Amino acid sequence: MKLPALAAACTGLLGIATAMAFFYAPTDTDQGLSQRIFYFHVPLALTSYACFAWGAWKALRHLWKREEGADLASYVAIHQGVVFGALTLLTGSIWARISWGVWWSWNEDQLVLFLVLFLFYCAYFMLRYSVEAGPARANMCAVYAVFGVVLIPVSFLAIRLSKRYIHPVVFNSHGPQMTGSQFLTFCVCLAAMLTLFATLYAVELAGKRLDASLKELRELLT
Amino acid sequence: MTPSEKYTAAAYLVVLVTVLAWVAIIASKLQRLQREVARLVELAREKHANG
Repeated sequence: MKLPALAAACTGLLGIATAMAFFYAPTDTDQGLSQRIFYFHVPLALTSYACFAWGAWKALRHLWKREEGADLASYVAIHQGVVFGALTLLTGSIWARISWGVWWSWNEDQLVLFLVLFLFYCAYFMLRYSVEAGPARANMCAVYAVFGVVLIPVSFLAIRLSKRYIHPVVFNSHGPQMTGSQFLTFCVCLAAMLTLFATLYAVELAGKRLDASLKELRELLT
Repeated sequence: MTPSEKYTAAAYLVVLVTVLAWVAIIASKLQRLQREVARLVELAREKHANG
């Protein structure tokens, strides 16, 4: 899909998703209005997992096939994942303040494991910018990105495996625990977030590639 | 506004502001790239004029 079409789809989906979250989905009888945070919070978390997984896949392509540009693509995907991860933590924290009365709970495996995943990928940038650019840095970063992907299923399954959780479990072995309209809203929100990732990923990657080409051109001209 | 309404609005605003900030950063990068292209075009013209 061409970038302008992707950007238009992203804007449209985000608008529809927000409208559905506020005007279409019914108000939860238990949590009230604050339950509407779920429609952005969970898709943000799932999108950050998708970003990290895509980054790991590109890193694997770099290590395995030596695919040109895979290292840069992996870096961009992880960069996006960290931003989506930060938004997940922020929106989750706001929801926790309303529902639990605290901004953060260290007793929650799901929260702590997501924070570990987030910090692990934050450290990716420390590694990347502490090594001089070149094949060695690309290889080190690729190995790091591939290892990090192990944390995704651990983080995802944490609330399902944990014995003492208070974090809500909406998707269990019996399917989604919500009404049809709530599930539809959730799906649209997830599609909107994934499209946002695809758009920002394409824009950032194009910018980085252009930057690299200009650098090469500058070296040729000077 | 009730506290629940305030916090819910804050959660959505956080996402909106972040996306807008992201777009602003991309726009500023694009401007920098445009300046860089203009500078390189100038440099190429100078080289061409000097033979």
